[in-house]
Amino acid sequence: MLQKSSGFRQFGIGMSDFSEELIKSVTEDDRRETCELSGTGMQLPWLQKHIETVDTGGKKEKDFAQTTSACLSFIQEALLKHQWQQAAEYMHSYLQILEDSDSYKRQAAPEIIWKLGSEILYYHPKSNVEMFNTFADRMKNIGVMNYLKISLQHALYLLHHGMLEDANRNLSQAETWRYGEKSSSQEVLINLIQAYKGLLQYYAWSKKKRELSQLDKDDYAYNTASQSMRDHSWKTSVNLGALIQIPGVWDPFVKSYVEMLEFYGDQDGAREVLTNYAYDEKFPSNPNAHIYLYNFLKREKAPREKLISVLKILYQIVPSHKLMLEFHRLLRKSEKEEHLKLGLEVLFGVLDFAGCTKNITAWKYLAKCLRQTLMGSHLAWVQEEWNSRKNWWPGFHFSYFWAKSDWKEDKTLACEKALVAGILLGKGCRYFRYISKQDHQVSRKKIKRMKKLVKKYSIVNPGL
Amino acid sequence: MDLEEAKEFKERCAQCAAVSWGLTDEGKYYCTSCHNVTERSKEVIDTGAIPNTKIQAINRGLKRKRKLEKGWDWYVCEGFQHILYQQAEALKTLGVGPELKNEVLHNFWKRYLQKSKQAYCKNPVYTSKRKATVLEDNPSHSDWDSEPELLSDLSCPSFVESGAESQPDVHTQKPFPIIKASQSETASICSGSLDGVEYSLRKEKGIVKMTVPRTLAFCYLSLLWQRETITLSDLLRFVEEDHIPYINAFQYFPEEMKLYGRDKGIFAIESWPNYEDIYKKMIEVATFLDLPRFPDITEDCYLHPNILCMKYLMEVNLPDEMHNLTCQVVKMAGIGEVDFLTFDPIAKMAKTVKYDVQAVAVIVVVLKLLFLLDDNLEWSLSNIAEKYNEKNKEDKPWFDFRKWYQVMKKSVDEKKQKWEEARAKYLWKSEKPLYHSSIDRSVVYKRREMVVNLQKQFSTLVDSTPTVAKKTASSFQFNWTEEDTDRTCFHGHSLQGILKKKGQSLTTKNSLYWLSTQKFCKSYCKHVTTYEESNFSLSYQFILNLFSFLLRIKTSFLHEEVSLIEKRLFKAKYSKTKKKSSRSRKVRKY
Repeated sequence: MLQKSSGFRQFGIGMSDFSEELIKSVTEDDRRETCELSGTGMQLPWLQKHIETVDTGGKKEKDFAQTTSACLSFIQEALLKHQWQQAAEYMHSYLQILEDSDSYKRQAAPEIIWKLGSEILYYHPKSNVEMFNTFADRMKNIGVMNYLKISLQHALYLLHHGMLEDANRNLSQAETWRYGEKSSSQEVLINLIQAYKGLLQYYAWSKKKRELSQLDKDDYAYNTASQSMRDHSWKTSVNLGALIQIPGVWDPFVKSYVEMLEFYGDQDGAREVLTNYAYDEKFPSNPNAHIYLYNFLKREKAPREKLISVLKILYQIVPSHKLMLEFHRLLRKSEKEEHLKLGLEVLFGVLDFAGCTKNITAWKYLAKCLRQTLMGSHLAWVQEEWNSRKNWWPGFHFSYFWAKSDWKEDKTLACEKALVAGILLGKGCRYFRYISKQDHQVSRKKIKRMKKLVKKYSIVNPGL
Repeated sequence: MDLEEAKEFKERCAQCAAVSWGLTDEGKYYCTSCHNVTERSKEVIDTGAIPNTKIQAINRGLKRKRKLEKGWDWYVCEGFQHILYQQAEALKTLGVGPELKNEVLHNFWKRYLQKSKQAYCKNPVYTSKRKATVLEDNPSHSDWDSEPELLSDLSCPSFVESGAESQPDVHTQKPFPIIKASQSETASICSGSLDGVEYSLRKEKGIVKMTVPRTLAFCYLSLLWQRETITLSDLLRFVEEDHIPYINAFQYFPEEMKLYGRDKGIFAIESWPNYEDIYKKMIEVATFLDLPRFPDITEDCYLHPNILCMKYLMEVNLPDEMHNLTCQVVKMAGIGEVDFLTFDPIAKMAKTVKYDVQAVAVIVVVLKLLFLLDDNLEWSLSNIAEKYNEKNKEDKPWFDFRKWYQVMKKSVDEKKQKWEEARAKYLWKSEKPLYHSSIDRSVVYKRREMVVNLQKQFSTLVDSTPTVAKKTASSFQFNWTEEDTDRTCFHGHSLQGILKKKGQSLTTKNSLYWLSTQKFCKSYCKHVTTYEESNFSLSYQFILNLFSFLLRIKTSFLHEEVSLIEKRLFKAKYSKTKKKSSRSRKVRKY
């Protein structure tokens, strides 16, 4: 329910480590390792995991264990079906697990109860903020392991209900909470809590910024406003700075941090943050990191080489990204042969994706690029790309069905595609034949030109 | 603070993993390295994992606090007596005659105390043991020999004379009045009862130790002796439906009977009773008590297969006419004889009939005789019945297996769903939580309080109208009416379509039969056959599932009983070594 931002997703990963810790009590080093591992991979549904960790030790399971686990599945089912009342009914019974004589289950229970209970209280029509607060406060104090996590989620709940001040108070409270020695997982959580506090401060800051932009510079109020903005930004950067040093996906935090740095003219600081966020090996691979960096460099008017190197990485992660066409343009402008070759590759890559099949710009670029490449007598480049696609592109892009529907929907697109099809598959291909047979005044000229080009450049030798 | 005392405590700290404990003034452990007080991280102390010796060691430092726990001095067997008393009362409210409690159960229990040398004998276990130690401690006191009489005088009437009207407090008169202070102190270290620790350690050969499940064995033995109209499966179902105290039965102990420590292991139960288990225990107890032959089970007794078959035919909505056939099967298999049916614990091989399971198995056999249940014949017979019923709307309808299946399937699935939901909602934990030692007493109580508070919160989200009022106990689980099409009643339907005239008598149209088990284990493992569901027809599976749900037993258990009846019925087939064909021909007269 609260999993809105990607920052929160990361938080979820941290949490699973946490419960593992409870169960296995791993050594410090091991813990670091699992932390990193889980940062890279997907997370399994947590409940299933809890169920699987339950070990009966070969003994016949007691009915208590059996019914409570049945109860858990009933709650899950009710939640899936949005039957909040039934879920609450089962929850009433499931709470017994807090008294389970099996200490493993008892330890794992608060987290499960918190997650299910907060879900119920979030959606149940009879529930209210007060109720949620009481529940959260109770759950925070069952054991000590969940205090920070619950505090954070509690704050997110309050944010959801627009209670920014309460959320802030909650986060401040959690921030100062300490339990014994600071363990590494606690540290991550505290950083997250601080970062969310930072985010709230950023929100206040940008509100001030808006107000400021409406004020006259000579206005008396201007100075005070700009001073308080500065205060906010200083606090924010302190809060955000710590978190984004830690490997993870922190998109909203990074974005707001960079915005503030840029606003105060600290370009170097912003660049450093973004470069680190995109290039640090310890961070999980994150397309957004490269996009942010690229946009920043573009704003800065960085040299083309630099921009190309950023997008090259994005190309490896997300070859279908909409920035790829921009990437192609950059490459096309470059003099280097390898860049021209990459430019062709990028276009083929974009069109491999079903979502891009109707992208007219991509087809236009490809037609143009093919022509230029073949004109530059780089037939080998084209063949290299085509070889891996000749088995499936004809059916995927150039079928009779597509020819008909493309022609009906968008004649320009159909013409561009037909040109590409002609070049790659020769005059005989169905798509090309269908389009070239169309007799339409507007596109007659275009088709004629297309036929000429195909005749000239087609990589298929009609003689063979 | 007492670091010396805390050395015994070897658990790792939840917070910093150190093993360095101190004791606060309240006697709680705190970690000296991170100042983590254990009460907050109560998960850490699970005394269940700590061997007994440790508990004693820990407790040594906490003697001064034990005064809080002081209640009456009581023995474990008194606890069981109390549970039995509650159960007998509950049975009485279910309509069982008062003699069961006042005469039968009371006598069985007296006999048990005697046989297990706990009372009513010359040298009860408690006194003999205690005497030895006490004499060492306090040789001046030597008045112990009089105790057996004392004990029998005081503890025996508590069961009987406590009529229905006054809540009989077994324990206002202390059955064991002379207890040395030093004794009670050592004993109460690990249990609220005087002999909890000793009791849980005792392992005497030939003595059947009392447990909570065995209380039900006692109840069932008394019911059987009285030939009451409650079968074992009924009894266990009533337990599950909370009509008879069992889980948390200790809740109803008088306030002053404190339970903790080892008592937890003895009286806390986290499972419902299981048919096979209680059945075994019942025989075990009867043998141990050396009971004489039980009153005869004759044809007019409820437990006689003919009557039980009638009951179950009604329960599962089958035609009354089938009763005639079940009676014949009972007769041919010889399972209606008094000698066969009457329980005789002193007999060479003490075993008793599982009356309910057997009756149900007879019905399964009859269904097999009539419909073969090969996923084929039953459906073609249904087609015939359906056609006939359409044409002859005025006549008594022929029994249509398919229609019956549809009605039953729906009802059973609904019932099962409700049953599963009710089980999932069952509240196991008593309002009076049990704890291992005075250390975690406050933790346990606090946890209890927390759960109650959370439950309160969630109960405000539940619809205030009570979903199901507590069901009244009934030996019937289904209710069939003629009007409602969903619960059509088949009792009055006729078997005409399935039978045919042959000379003077009627025989079944179906002349085939297949045996549920072809081979019986020759060894003494008693294991008849394993029930591999997928090897059997779907109709057979359905019927076994239906009946085993009704009795709350495993399907394999019922399958075994069906096989045993077939073995008696087709003795010839089994004795004629290994037939090639699995199908035997059988023509039956009607």
